[in-house]
Amino acid sequence: MATDVRTLGTNATSGALATTARNSAPKSERSSERIVELEAVNVFYGAFHAVKDVTFDVPKNRITALIGPSGCGKSTVIRCINRMNDLVPGARVEGRINYHGVDICSAKVDPVEVRRRIGMVFQKPNPFPKSIYDNVAWGAKINGIKGDMNALVERCLRQAALWDEVKDKLKESGLALSGGQQQRLCIARTLAINPDVILMDEPASALDPISTLKIEDLMRELQRQYTIVIVTHNMQQAARVSDQTVFFSLNEQRQGVLVEASPTRELFTNPRDQRTEDYITGRFG
Amino acid sequence: MSAAVGEDLLAADAGGGRDQLRARQRRATAVSWVFLAAVVFAVVVLLVLLVAVAYRGVPSLSWSLLSSKASRNAESAGLQTALFGTLWVISLTAIIALPVGIGAAIYLEEYAPRNWWTRALQTNIANLAGVPSVVYGLLGLGIFANFFGFGRSIITGALTMALLILPVIIIASQEAIRAVPLSLRQGAYALGATPWQVSRHHVLPVAMPGILTGTILALSRAIGETAPLLVAGAAAYLTYNPDSLTDGFTALPIQIYNWTDRPQQEFKDLAAAGIIILLVVLIGMNAGAIYLRHRFSKKTRW
Repeated sequence: MATDVRTLGTNATSGALATTARNSAPKSERSSERIVELEAVNVFYGAFHAVKDVTFDVPKNRITALIGPSGCGKSTVIRCINRMNDLVPGARVEGRINYHGVDICSAKVDPVEVRRRIGMVFQKPNPFPKSIYDNVAWGAKINGIKGDMNALVERCLRQAALWDEVKDKLKESGLALSGGQQQRLCIARTLAINPDVILMDEPASALDPISTLKIEDLMRELQRQYTIVIVTHNMQQAARVSDQTVFFSLNEQRQGVLVEASPTRELFTNPRDQRTEDYITGRFG
Repeated sequence: MSAAVGEDLLAADAGGGRDQLRARQRRATAVSWVFLAAVVFAVVVLLVLLVAVAYRGVPSLSWSLLSSKASRNAESAGLQTALFGTLWVISLTAIIALPVGIGAAIYLEEYAPRNWWTRALQTNIANLAGVPSVVYGLLGLGIFANFFGFGRSIITGALTMALLILPVIIIASQEAIRAVPLSLRQGAYALGATPWQVSRHHVLPVAMPGILTGTILALSRAIGETAPLLVAGAAAYLTYNPDSLTDGFTALPIQIYNWTDRPQQEFKDLAAAGIIILLVVLIGMNAGAIYLRHRFSKKTRW
Protein backbone atom coordinates (compact mmCIF):
# COMPACT_ATOMS: atom_id res chain seq x y z
CA MET A 1 0.00 0.00 0.00
CA ALA A 2 3.08 2.22 0.20
CA THR A 3 2.55 5.05 -2.21
CA ASP A 4 5.38 7.21 -3.26
CA VAL A 5 4.45 10.87 -3.36
CA ARG A 6 5.69 10.90 -6.94
CA THR A 7 2.52 9.16 -7.97
CA LEU A 8 0.78 12.46 -7.32
CA GLY A 9 1.83 13.45 -10.76
CA THR A 10 4.55 15.06 -12.71
CA ASN A 11 3.73 18.66 -11.89
CA ALA A 12 6.09 20.75 -9.86
CA THR A 13 3.85 21.01 -6.83
CA SER A 14 4.07 17.36 -6.00
CA GLY A 15 7.82 17.66 -5.50
CA ALA A 16 7.32 20.57 -3.17
CA LEU A 17 4.59 18.61 -1.47
CA ALA A 18 6.96 15.78 -0.61
CA THR A 19 9.63 18.15 0.66
CA THR A 20 7.36 20.18 2.90
CA ALA A 21 5.67 17.09 4.18
CA ARG A 22 9.04 15.66 5.13
CA ASN A 23 10.15 18.90 6.74
CA SER A 24 7.20 19.01 9.03
CA ALA A 25 7.67 15.47 10.18
CA PRO A 26 10.19 15.76 13.02
CA LYS A 27 8.08 18.36 14.78
CA SER A 28 4.96 16.25 14.89
CA GLU A 29 6.91 13.53 16.66
CA ARG A 30 8.04 15.88 19.40
CA SER A 31 4.97 16.72 21.40
CA SER A 32 1.78 14.81 21.91
CA GLU A 33 -0.17 16.92 24.37
CA ARG A 34 -3.73 16.88 23.12
CA ILE A 35 -5.86 19.95 23.47
CA VAL A 36 -9.08 18.82 21.81
CA GLU A 37 -10.29 15.25 21.57
CA LEU A 38 -13.28 14.31 19.44
CA GLU A 39 -14.92 11.08 20.51
CA ALA A 40 -17.56 9.44 18.31
CA VAL A 41 -18.95 12.74 17.11
CA ASN A 42 -22.16 12.49 15.08
CA VAL A 43 -23.88 15.45 13.47
CA PHE A 44 -27.47 15.54 12.27
CA TYR A 45 -29.20 18.20 10.20
CA GLY A 46 -32.83 17.47 10.94
CA ALA A 47 -33.31 13.83 10.03
CA PHE A 48 -30.15 13.71 7.92
CA HIS A 49 -27.20 12.03 9.58
CA ALA A 50 -24.45 14.17 8.06
CA VAL A 51 -21.35 13.10 9.95
CA LYS A 52 -20.87 9.65 11.46
CA ASP A 53 -18.64 8.56 14.32
CA VAL A 54 -15.72 10.92 13.99
CA THR A 55 -12.89 10.40 16.46
CA PHE A 56 -9.54 12.19 16.39
CA ASP A 57 -7.26 14.29 18.58
CA VAL A 58 -5.89 17.76 18.03
CA PRO A 59 -2.33 18.10 19.36
CA LYS A 60 -1.32 21.34 21.08
CA ASN A 61 0.69 23.89 19.11
CA ARG A 62 0.31 21.89 15.95
CA ILE A 63 -1.59 22.47 12.76
CA THR A 64 -4.22 19.85 12.04
CA ALA A 65 -5.62 19.83 8.53
CA LEU A 66 -9.01 18.35 7.67
CA ILE A 67 -9.19 17.30 4.02
CA GLY A 68 -11.63 15.40 1.87
CA PRO A 69 -14.03 15.73 -1.04
CA SER A 70 -16.86 18.28 -1.10
CA GLY A 71 -19.76 17.53 1.21
CA CYS A 72 -17.83 15.07 3.36
CA GLY A 73 -18.45 17.02 6.53
CA LYS A 74 -15.07 18.66 7.18
CA SER A 75 -16.63 22.06 7.74
CA THR A 76 -19.41 20.53 9.79
CA VAL A 77 -16.86 18.87 12.05
CA ILE A 78 -14.72 21.98 12.52
CA ARG A 79 -17.84 23.96 13.39
CA CYS A 80 -18.60 21.50 16.17
CA ILE A 81 -15.37 22.41 17.91
CA ASN A 82 -16.58 25.92 18.75
CA ARG A 83 -20.29 25.17 18.84
CA MET A 84 -21.02 27.15 15.67
CA ASN A 85 -23.49 24.44 14.69
CA ASP A 86 -25.68 25.75 17.50
CA LEU A 87 -26.53 28.60 15.13
CA VAL A 88 -27.80 26.27 12.42
CA PRO A 89 -31.52 25.54 12.88
CA GLY A 90 -32.12 21.82 13.13
CA ALA A 91 -28.48 20.86 13.69
CA ARG A 92 -27.73 18.37 16.46
CA VAL A 93 -24.36 17.11 17.66
CA GLU A 94 -23.88 13.86 19.54
CA GLY A 95 -20.74 12.44 21.08
CA ARG A 96 -18.01 14.07 23.13
CA ILE A 97 -15.59 16.83 22.31
CA ASN A 98 -13.15 17.17 25.17
CA TYR A 99 -11.36 20.45 25.54
CA HIS A 100 -8.97 20.41 28.50
CA GLY A 101 -11.00 17.50 29.76
CA VAL A 102 -14.38 19.26 29.55
CA ASP A 103 -17.04 18.03 27.15
CA ILE A 104 -17.88 21.22 25.26
CA CYS A 105 -20.84 19.58 23.54
CA SER A 106 -22.64 19.38 26.84
CA ALA A 107 -25.71 21.56 27.20
CA LYS A 108 -24.25 22.78 30.50
CA VAL A 109 -21.37 24.44 28.71
CA ASP A 110 -22.00 27.98 27.53
CA PRO A 111 -21.19 28.24 23.81
CA VAL A 112 -20.13 31.86 24.32
CA GLU A 113 -17.47 30.66 26.74
CA VAL A 114 -16.29 28.02 24.26
CA ARG A 115 -16.03 30.46 21.38
CA ARG A 116 -13.92 32.97 23.21
CA ARG A 117 -11.33 30.23 23.81
CA ILE A 118 -11.69 28.58 20.42
CA GLY A 119 -11.74 31.28 17.75
CA MET A 120 -12.69 30.87 14.14
CA VAL A 121 -11.75 32.27 10.76
CA PHE A 122 -14.21 31.71 7.94
CA GLN A 123 -13.97 30.76 4.31
CA LYS A 124 -15.08 34.11 3.00
CA PRO A 125 -13.39 37.04 4.73
CA ASN A 126 -16.06 38.68 6.85
CA PRO A 127 -14.70 41.83 8.45
CA PHE A 128 -17.25 43.92 10.30
CA PRO A 129 -18.47 47.04 8.49
CA LYS A 130 -16.42 49.09 10.92
CA SER A 131 -12.97 50.64 10.94
CA ILE A 132 -9.91 48.39 10.84
CA TYR A 133 -9.18 49.43 14.41
CA ASP A 134 -12.68 48.57 15.63
CA ASN A 135 -12.60 45.26 13.80
CA VAL A 136 -9.70 44.17 16.00
CA ALA A 137 -10.72 45.94 19.19
CA TRP A 138 -14.38 44.87 19.24
CA GLY A 139 -13.85 41.27 20.30
CA ALA A 140 -11.50 42.34 23.07
CA LYS A 141 -13.93 44.98 24.29
CA ILE A 142 -16.97 42.72 24.50
CA ASN A 143 -14.93 40.11 26.28
CA GLY A 144 -13.95 42.65 28.90
CA ILE A 145 -10.26 42.66 28.02
CA LYS A 146 -8.82 45.77 29.64
CA GLY A 147 -5.57 47.60 29.15
CA ASP A 148 -3.95 49.52 26.34
CA MET A 149 -6.29 48.92 23.41
CA ASN A 150 -3.98 50.68 20.93
CA ALA A 151 -1.14 48.36 21.88
CA LEU A 152 -3.41 45.35 21.61
CA VAL A 153 -4.61 46.36 18.14
CA GLU A 154 -1.05 46.91 17.00
CA ARG A 155 0.18 43.62 18.43
CA CYS A 156 -2.62 41.63 16.78
CA LEU A 157 -2.19 43.35 13.43
CA ARG A 158 1.56 42.71 13.60
CA GLN A 159 0.98 39.07 14.48
CA ALA A 160 -1.35 38.81 11.50
CA ALA A 161 1.35 40.36 9.29
CA LEU A 162 -0.95 43.21 8.38
CA TRP A 163 0.35 46.11 10.48
CA ASP A 164 2.70 47.61 7.90
CA GLU A 165 -0.06 47.67 5.29
CA VAL A 166 -2.72 49.31 7.44
CA LYS A 167 -0.95 51.31 10.15
CA ASP A 168 -1.72 54.60 8.40
CA LYS A 169 -5.39 53.88 7.80
CA LEU A 170 -6.69 52.28 10.96
CA LYS A 171 -9.81 54.44 10.79
CA GLU A 172 -10.77 53.26 7.32
CA SER A 173 -13.33 50.54 6.79
CA GLY A 174 -12.11 46.97 7.07
CA LEU A 175 -14.05 46.26 3.91
CA ALA A 176 -11.91 48.67 1.91
CA LEU A 177 -9.03 46.19 2.11
CA SER A 178 -8.23 43.53 -0.48
CA GLY A 179 -9.53 40.00 0.04
CA GLY A 180 -6.23 38.70 1.40
CA GLN A 181 -5.87 41.68 3.73
CA GLN A 182 -9.44 41.22 4.89
CA GLN A 183 -8.72 37.62 5.78
CA ARG A 184 -5.61 38.63 7.74
CA LEU A 185 -7.74 41.26 9.47
CA CYS A 186 -10.15 38.50 10.46
CA ILE A 187 -7.21 36.54 11.84
CA ALA A 188 -6.02 39.61 13.76
CA ARG A 189 -9.52 40.05 15.12
CA THR A 190 -9.47 36.45 16.36
CA LEU A 191 -6.04 36.90 17.97
CA ALA A 192 -7.37 39.89 19.90
CA ILE A 193 -9.50 37.68 22.14
CA ASN A 194 -6.39 35.58 22.84
CA PRO A 195 -7.85 32.19 22.01
CA ASP A 196 -6.31 28.83 22.73
CA VAL A 197 -7.29 27.21 19.49
CA ILE A 198 -7.93 28.85 16.12
CA LEU A 199 -10.24 27.10 13.68
CA MET A 200 -9.88 28.04 10.04
CA ASP A 201 -12.55 26.94 7.59
CA GLU A 202 -10.90 27.06 4.17
CA PRO A 203 -9.30 30.41 5.02
CA ALA A 204 -7.53 30.78 1.69
CA SER A 205 -10.03 29.35 -0.75
CA ALA A 206 -11.36 32.78 -1.74
CA LEU A 207 -7.87 34.26 -2.12
CA ASP A 208 -5.29 34.58 -4.87
CA PRO A 209 -2.08 32.46 -4.69
CA ILE A 210 0.08 35.18 -3.17
CA SER A 211 -2.42 35.97 -0.43
CA THR A 212 -2.76 32.24 0.13
CA LEU A 213 0.96 31.90 0.71
CA LYS A 214 0.87 34.81 3.14
CA ILE A 215 -1.88 33.12 5.12
CA GLU A 216 0.06 29.87 5.15
CA ASP A 217 3.23 31.57 6.38
CA LEU A 218 1.13 33.23 9.01
CA MET A 219 -0.26 29.91 10.19
CA ARG A 220 3.26 28.57 10.62
CA GLU A 221 4.09 31.66 12.62
CA LEU A 222 1.00 31.44 14.80
CA GLN A 223 1.50 27.77 15.51
CA ARG A 224 4.12 28.63 18.15
CA GLN A 225 1.49 30.18 20.36
CA TYR A 226 -1.75 28.69 19.16
CA THR A 227 -3.19 25.39 18.14
CA ILE A 228 -4.66 25.52 14.67
CA VAL A 229 -7.24 23.36 12.95
CA ILE A 230 -7.74 24.09 9.28
CA VAL A 231 -10.23 22.79 6.77
CA THR A 232 -8.89 22.84 3.26
CA HIS A 233 -9.88 21.39 -0.08
CA ASN A 234 -6.35 21.96 -1.28
CA MET A 235 -4.19 18.94 -0.62
CA GLN A 236 -0.98 20.79 -1.38
CA GLN A 237 -1.93 23.29 1.28
CA ALA A 238 -2.53 20.56 3.82
CA ALA A 239 0.82 19.03 2.94
CA ARG A 240 2.60 22.40 3.09
CA VAL A 241 1.34 23.66 6.41
CA SER A 242 -0.01 20.89 8.58
CA ASP A 243 1.57 18.51 11.05
CA GLN A 244 -1.36 16.16 11.21
CA THR A 245 -3.89 15.47 8.48
CA VAL A 246 -7.35 14.02 8.92
CA PHE A 247 -8.96 12.61 5.81
CA PHE A 248 -12.73 12.47 5.51
CA SER A 249 -14.82 10.74 2.91
CA LEU A 250 -18.41 9.81 2.18
CA ASN A 251 -19.80 6.35 2.82
CA GLU A 252 -22.55 4.66 0.81
CA GLN A 253 -25.25 6.56 2.70
CA ARG A 254 -23.58 9.87 1.74
CA GLN A 255 -22.53 10.39 5.34
CA GLY A 256 -19.24 12.00 6.21
CA VAL A 257 -16.86 9.55 7.85
CA LEU A 258 -13.30 9.80 9.06
CA VAL A 259 -11.03 7.57 7.01
CA GLU A 260 -7.62 8.28 8.40
CA ALA A 261 -5.89 10.61 10.82
CA SER A 262 -2.12 10.50 10.60
CA PRO A 263 0.94 12.70 10.75
CA THR A 264 0.87 14.64 7.51
CA ARG A 265 3.98 13.08 6.01
CA GLU A 266 2.73 9.63 6.73
CA LEU A 267 -0.70 10.29 5.26
CA PHE A 268 0.72 11.65 2.05
CA THR A 269 3.58 9.21 1.61
CA ASN A 270 2.23 6.09 3.16
CA PRO A 271 -1.57 6.18 3.47
CA ARG A 272 -3.03 3.34 5.45
CA ASP A 273 -6.36 3.29 3.65
CA GLN A 274 -7.07 2.65 0.00
CA ARG A 275 -9.57 5.55 -0.08
CA THR A 276 -6.92 7.97 1.17
CA GLU A 277 -4.53 6.76 -1.46
CA ASP A 278 -7.13 7.13 -4.19
CA TYR A 279 -7.92 10.65 -3.06
CA ILE A 280 -4.37 11.96 -2.72
CA THR A 281 -3.32 10.45 -6.00
CA GLY A 282 -6.26 12.06 -7.74
CA ARG A 283 -8.06 8.83 -8.55
CA PHE A 284 -11.02 9.80 -6.43
CA GLY A 285 -14.28 9.59 -8.35
CA MET B 1 -12.86 35.18 -36.24
CA SER B 2 -14.23 38.27 -34.60
CA ALA B 3 -14.69 39.86 -37.99
CA ALA B 4 -16.85 36.92 -39.02
CA VAL B 5 -18.93 37.34 -35.91
CA GLY B 6 -19.26 41.03 -36.66
CA GLU B 7 -20.48 40.31 -40.17
CA ASP B 8 -22.95 37.92 -38.70
CA LEU B 9 -24.25 40.60 -36.39
CA LEU B 10 -24.75 42.99 -39.29
CA ALA B 11 -26.15 40.45 -41.71
CA ALA B 12 -29.84 40.88 -42.40
CA ASP B 13 -30.32 37.25 -43.35
CA ALA B 14 -29.78 35.65 -39.97
CA GLY B 15 -33.11 33.94 -40.51
CA GLY B 16 -35.72 33.11 -37.89
CA GLY B 17 -33.37 34.06 -35.06
CA ARG B 18 -33.33 37.64 -36.27
CA ASP B 19 -37.13 37.92 -36.52
CA GLN B 20 -37.42 36.40 -33.09
CA LEU B 21 -34.96 38.95 -31.73
CA ARG B 22 -36.94 41.82 -33.29
CA ALA B 23 -40.14 40.53 -31.73
CA ARG B 24 -38.51 40.30 -28.34
CA GLN B 25 -37.18 43.84 -28.60
CA ARG B 26 -40.59 45.16 -29.61
CA ARG B 27 -42.12 43.45 -26.61
CA ALA B 28 -39.47 44.91 -24.33
CA THR B 29 -40.17 48.41 -25.66
CA ALA B 30 -43.92 47.97 -25.29
CA VAL B 31 -43.55 46.82 -21.70
CA SER B 32 -41.31 49.76 -20.82
CA TRP B 33 -44.04 52.09 -22.15
CA VAL B 34 -46.65 50.40 -19.99
CA PHE B 35 -44.49 50.92 -16.89
CA LEU B 36 -43.81 54.52 -17.81
CA ALA B 37 -47.55 55.07 -18.19
CA ALA B 38 -48.10 53.66 -14.71
CA VAL B 39 -45.59 56.10 -13.25
CA VAL B 40 -47.03 59.04 -15.16
CA PHE B 41 -50.55 58.17 -14.06
CA ALA B 42 -49.56 58.00 -10.39
CA VAL B 43 -47.59 61.24 -10.50
CA VAL B 44 -50.23 63.15 -12.47
CA VAL B 45 -53.05 62.15 -10.12
CA LEU B 46 -50.94 63.18 -7.15
CA LEU B 47 -50.06 66.50 -8.79
CA VAL B 48 -53.69 67.26 -9.61
CA LEU B 49 -54.61 66.59 -6.00
CA LEU B 50 -51.83 68.78 -4.67
CA VAL B 51 -52.60 71.62 -7.06
CA ALA B 52 -56.32 71.49 -6.23
CA VAL B 53 -55.57 71.56 -2.52
CA ALA B 54 -53.03 74.37 -2.90
CA TYR B 55 -55.42 76.38 -5.10
CA ARG B 56 -58.13 76.32 -2.46
CA GLY B 57 -56.02 76.14 0.64
CA VAL B 58 -53.17 78.60 0.18
CA PRO B 59 -55.37 81.73 0.39
CA SER B 60 -56.69 80.54 3.73
CA LEU B 61 -53.23 79.82 5.15
CA SER B 62 -52.37 82.23 7.92
CA TRP B 63 -50.77 82.33 11.33
CA SER B 64 -54.18 82.62 12.91
CA LEU B 65 -54.99 79.21 11.47
CA LEU B 66 -52.18 77.81 13.62
CA SER B 67 -52.75 80.02 16.64
CA SER B 68 -56.54 79.79 16.92
CA LYS B 69 -58.64 77.04 18.31
CA ALA B 70 -61.81 75.57 16.92
CA SER B 71 -64.71 77.94 16.41
CA ARG B 72 -68.15 78.03 14.86
CA ASN B 73 -67.03 81.11 13.09
CA ALA B 74 -64.94 80.53 9.98
CA GLU B 75 -62.95 83.79 10.37
CA SER B 76 -61.72 82.93 13.83
CA ALA B 77 -61.46 79.14 13.41
CA GLY B 78 -58.04 77.51 13.68
CA LEU B 79 -56.58 74.08 14.08
CA GLN B 80 -54.11 74.58 16.91
CA THR B 81 -55.93 72.06 19.08
CA ALA B 82 -55.92 69.47 16.33
CA LEU B 83 -52.28 70.11 15.44
CA PHE B 84 -51.22 69.68 19.06
CA GLY B 85 -53.37 66.58 19.37
CA THR B 86 -51.80 65.04 16.28
CA LEU B 87 -48.27 65.84 17.41
CA TRP B 88 -48.95 64.39 20.86
CA VAL B 89 -50.54 61.24 19.52
CA ILE B 90 -47.97 60.61 16.81
CA SER B 91 -44.97 61.18 19.09
CA LEU B 92 -46.42 58.90 21.73
CA THR B 93 -47.31 56.32 19.11
CA ALA B 94 -43.71 56.32 17.87
CA ILE B 95 -42.35 56.11 21.43
CA ILE B 96 -44.56 53.11 22.17
CA ALA B 97 -44.52 51.28 18.85
CA LEU B 98 -40.86 51.64 17.90
CA PRO B 99 -39.19 49.82 20.80
CA VAL B 100 -41.92 47.19 20.99
CA GLY B 101 -41.87 46.62 17.23
CA ILE B 102 -38.08 46.43 16.94
CA GLY B 103 -37.90 44.24 20.04
CA ALA B 104 -40.44 41.83 18.60
CA ALA B 105 -38.57 41.74 15.28
CA ILE B 106 -35.24 41.03 17.00
CA TYR B 107 -36.84 38.27 19.02
CA LEU B 108 -38.43 36.66 15.99
CA GLU B 109 -35.30 36.85 13.86
CA GLU B 110 -32.45 36.37 16.31
CA TYR B 111 -33.81 34.41 19.25
CA ALA B 112 -37.01 32.53 18.45
CA PRO B 113 -36.61 28.83 17.70
CA ARG B 114 -37.78 27.86 14.24
CA ASN B 115 -40.84 25.84 15.22
CA TRP B 116 -44.55 25.81 14.43
CA TRP B 117 -45.28 28.21 17.28
CA THR B 118 -43.02 30.87 15.78
CA ARG B 119 -44.51 30.25 12.37
CA ALA B 120 -48.03 30.64 13.77
CA LEU B 121 -46.98 33.89 15.44
CA GLN B 122 -45.51 35.11 12.18
CA THR B 123 -48.64 34.32 10.20
CA ASN B 124 -50.78 36.14 12.74
CA ILE B 125 -48.63 39.25 12.63
CA ALA B 126 -48.96 39.30 8.86
CA ASN B 127 -52.73 38.96 9.20
CA LEU B 128 -52.91 41.74 11.78
CA ALA B 129 -51.28 44.08 9.29
CA GLY B 130 -54.33 43.60 7.09
CA VAL B 131 -57.02 44.19 9.71
CA PRO B 132 -59.13 47.33 8.98
CA SER B 133 -58.17 50.25 11.17
CA VAL B 134 -61.70 50.70 12.52
CA VAL B 135 -61.36 47.33 14.21
CA TYR B 136 -58.31 48.64 16.06
CA GLY B 137 -60.40 51.64 17.06
CA LEU B 138 -63.00 49.36 18.61
CA LEU B 139 -60.27 47.40 20.36
CA GLY B 140 -58.80 50.64 21.72
CA LEU B 141 -62.22 51.76 22.93
CA GLY B 142 -62.87 48.45 24.64
CA ILE B 143 -59.47 47.86 26.19
CA PHE B 144 -57.74 51.20 26.74
CA ALA B 145 -60.67 53.58 27.12
CA ASN B 146 -62.99 51.32 29.10
CA PHE B 147 -61.10 48.39 30.62
CA PHE B 148 -57.99 50.33 31.66
CA GLY B 149 -60.09 53.41 32.27
CA PHE B 150 -57.96 55.82 30.23
CA GLY B 151 -61.16 57.26 28.80
CA ARG B 152 -61.27 59.37 25.67
CA SER B 153 -57.70 60.57 26.02
CA ILE B 154 -54.42 61.01 24.21
CA ILE B 155 -52.97 57.88 25.75
CA THR B 156 -55.91 55.83 24.48
CA GLY B 157 -55.43 57.26 21.00
CA ALA B 158 -51.68 56.69 21.03
CA LEU B 159 -51.94 53.11 22.30
CA THR B 160 -54.57 52.35 19.67
CA MET B 161 -52.41 53.83 16.92
CA ALA B 162 -49.40 51.93 18.23
CA LEU B 163 -51.34 48.68 17.99
CA LEU B 164 -52.44 49.60 14.50
CA ILE B 165 -48.92 50.14 13.16
CA LEU B 166 -47.08 47.51 15.21
CA PRO B 167 -47.52 44.69 12.67
CA VAL B 168 -46.18 46.90 9.90
CA ILE B 169 -43.17 47.94 11.98
CA ILE B 170 -42.46 44.36 13.01
CA ILE B 171 -42.62 43.04 9.47
CA ALA B 172 -40.50 45.87 8.04
CA SER B 173 -37.93 45.49 10.83
CA GLN B 174 -37.78 41.74 10.31
CA GLU B 175 -37.09 42.26 6.62
CA ALA B 176 -34.31 44.70 7.44
CA ILE B 177 -32.81 42.36 10.05
CA ARG B 178 -33.00 39.40 7.70
CA ALA B 179 -31.06 41.36 5.10
CA VAL B 180 -28.05 41.56 7.43
CA PRO B 181 -25.55 39.01 6.10
CA LEU B 182 -25.28 35.81 8.13
CA SER B 183 -21.49 35.96 7.85
CA LEU B 184 -21.51 39.12 9.94
CA ARG B 185 -23.32 37.37 12.76
CA GLN B 186 -21.07 34.34 12.53
CA GLY B 187 -17.98 36.52 12.71
CA ALA B 188 -19.27 38.17 15.85
CA TYR B 189 -20.41 34.92 17.47
CA ALA B 190 -17.02 33.37 16.73
CA LEU B 191 -15.41 36.05 18.91
CA GLY B 192 -17.42 34.94 21.91
CA ALA B 193 -20.22 37.48 21.61
CA THR B 194 -23.58 36.89 23.27
CA PRO B 195 -26.72 37.04 21.11
CA TRP B 196 -27.47 40.46 22.55
CA GLN B 197 -24.00 41.78 21.73
CA VAL B 198 -24.36 40.48 18.20
CA SER B 199 -27.77 42.13 17.81
CA ARG B 200 -26.79 45.37 19.49
CA HIS B 201 -23.42 45.97 17.82
CA HIS B 202 -23.79 44.35 14.43
CA VAL B 203 -27.32 43.47 13.39
CA LEU B 204 -29.17 46.58 14.58
CA PRO B 205 -26.76 49.22 13.25
CA VAL B 206 -26.79 47.61 9.82
CA ALA B 207 -30.56 47.05 9.84
CA MET B 208 -31.44 50.46 11.30
CA PRO B 209 -31.85 52.38 8.02
CA GLY B 210 -34.30 49.73 6.78
CA ILE B 211 -36.13 49.68 10.10
CA LEU B 212 -36.52 53.45 10.02
CA THR B 213 -37.88 53.36 6.50
CA GLY B 214 -40.54 50.88 7.52
CA THR B 215 -41.34 52.81 10.66
CA ILE B 216 -41.79 56.10 8.91
CA LEU B 217 -44.12 54.52 6.37
CA ALA B 218 -46.17 53.15 9.24
CA LEU B 219 -46.21 56.47 11.10
CA SER B 220 -47.19 58.28 7.92
CA ARG B 221 -50.12 55.97 7.64
CA ALA B 222 -51.04 56.56 11.27
CA ILE B 223 -50.92 60.35 11.01
CA GLY B 224 -53.64 60.32 8.37
CA GLU B 225 -55.90 57.85 10.14
CA THR B 226 -59.27 59.18 11.28
CA ALA B 227 -61.48 56.18 11.89
CA PRO B 228 -59.67 54.44 14.76
CA LEU B 229 -59.18 57.72 16.60
CA LEU B 230 -62.83 58.66 16.26
CA VAL B 231 -63.96 55.25 17.45
CA ALA B 232 -61.45 55.15 20.29
CA GLY B 233 -62.55 58.49 21.55
CA ALA B 234 -61.05 61.51 19.86
CA ALA B 235 -63.27 64.57 20.04
CA ALA B 236 -64.56 66.08 16.82
CA TYR B 237 -64.84 69.54 18.29
CA LEU B 238 -62.52 70.72 21.02
CA THR B 239 -61.55 74.19 22.13
CA TYR B 240 -58.63 73.55 24.46
CA ASN B 241 -55.13 72.21 23.82
CA PRO B 242 -54.20 68.92 25.44
CA ASP B 243 -51.45 69.18 28.02
CA SER B 244 -51.39 65.78 29.67
CA LEU B 245 -51.69 62.18 28.58
CA THR B 246 -55.18 61.82 29.96
CA ASP B 247 -56.59 64.93 28.30
CA GLY B 248 -59.16 64.71 25.57
CA PHE B 249 -57.88 65.52 22.11
CA THR B 250 -58.69 65.88 18.48
CA ALA B 251 -56.44 65.35 15.48
CA LEU B 252 -55.78 67.04 12.15
CA PRO B 253 -57.62 64.55 9.93
CA ILE B 254 -60.64 64.75 12.23
CA GLN B 255 -60.61 68.54 12.19
CA ILE B 256 -60.30 68.53 8.41
CA TYR B 257 -63.16 66.08 8.08
CA ASN B 258 -65.25 68.16 10.44
CA TRP B 259 -64.67 71.28 8.37
CA THR B 260 -65.44 69.65 5.02
CA ASP B 261 -68.75 68.60 6.51
CA ARG B 262 -69.93 72.15 7.07
CA PRO B 263 -72.08 73.95 4.51
CA GLN B 264 -70.09 77.22 4.42
CA GLN B 265 -67.53 77.63 1.63
CA GLU B 266 -65.09 79.32 4.08
CA PHE B 267 -64.85 76.13 6.12
CA LYS B 268 -64.19 74.08 3.01
CA ASP B 269 -61.28 76.41 2.18
CA LEU B 270 -60.06 76.08 5.74
CA ALA B 271 -60.12 72.31 5.28
CA ALA B 272 -57.86 72.65 2.23
CA ALA B 273 -55.48 74.76 4.30
CA GLY B 274 -55.62 72.09 7.02
CA ILE B 275 -54.60 69.47 4.48
CA ILE B 276 -51.57 71.58 3.61
CA ILE B 277 -50.62 71.73 7.31
CA LEU B 278 -51.03 67.96 7.59
CA LEU B 279 -48.80 67.49 4.55
CA VAL B 280 -46.15 69.77 6.05
CA VAL B 281 -46.15 67.77 9.28
CA LEU B 282 -45.84 64.57 7.25
CA ILE B 283 -42.98 65.89 5.14
CA GLY B 284 -41.27 67.12 8.31
CA MET B 285 -41.50 63.65 9.81
CA ASN B 286 -40.15 62.07 6.65
CA ALA B 287 -37.26 64.51 6.56
CA GLY B 288 -36.44 63.62 10.14
CA ALA B 289 -36.44 59.94 9.27
CA ILE B 290 -34.23 60.47 6.25
CA TYR B 291 -31.77 62.41 8.38
CA LEU B 292 -31.69 59.65 10.99
CA ARG B 293 -31.27 57.04 8.30
CA HIS B 294 -28.38 58.94 6.83
CA ARG B 295 -26.69 59.14 10.23
CA PHE B 296 -27.10 55.44 10.83
CA SER B 297 -25.80 54.43 7.44
CA LYS B 298 -22.73 56.60 7.96
CA LYS B 299 -21.93 54.68 11.13
CA THR B 300 -21.72 51.47 9.16
CA ARG B 301 -18.57 51.57 7.09
CA TRP B 302 -19.14 49.33 4.14
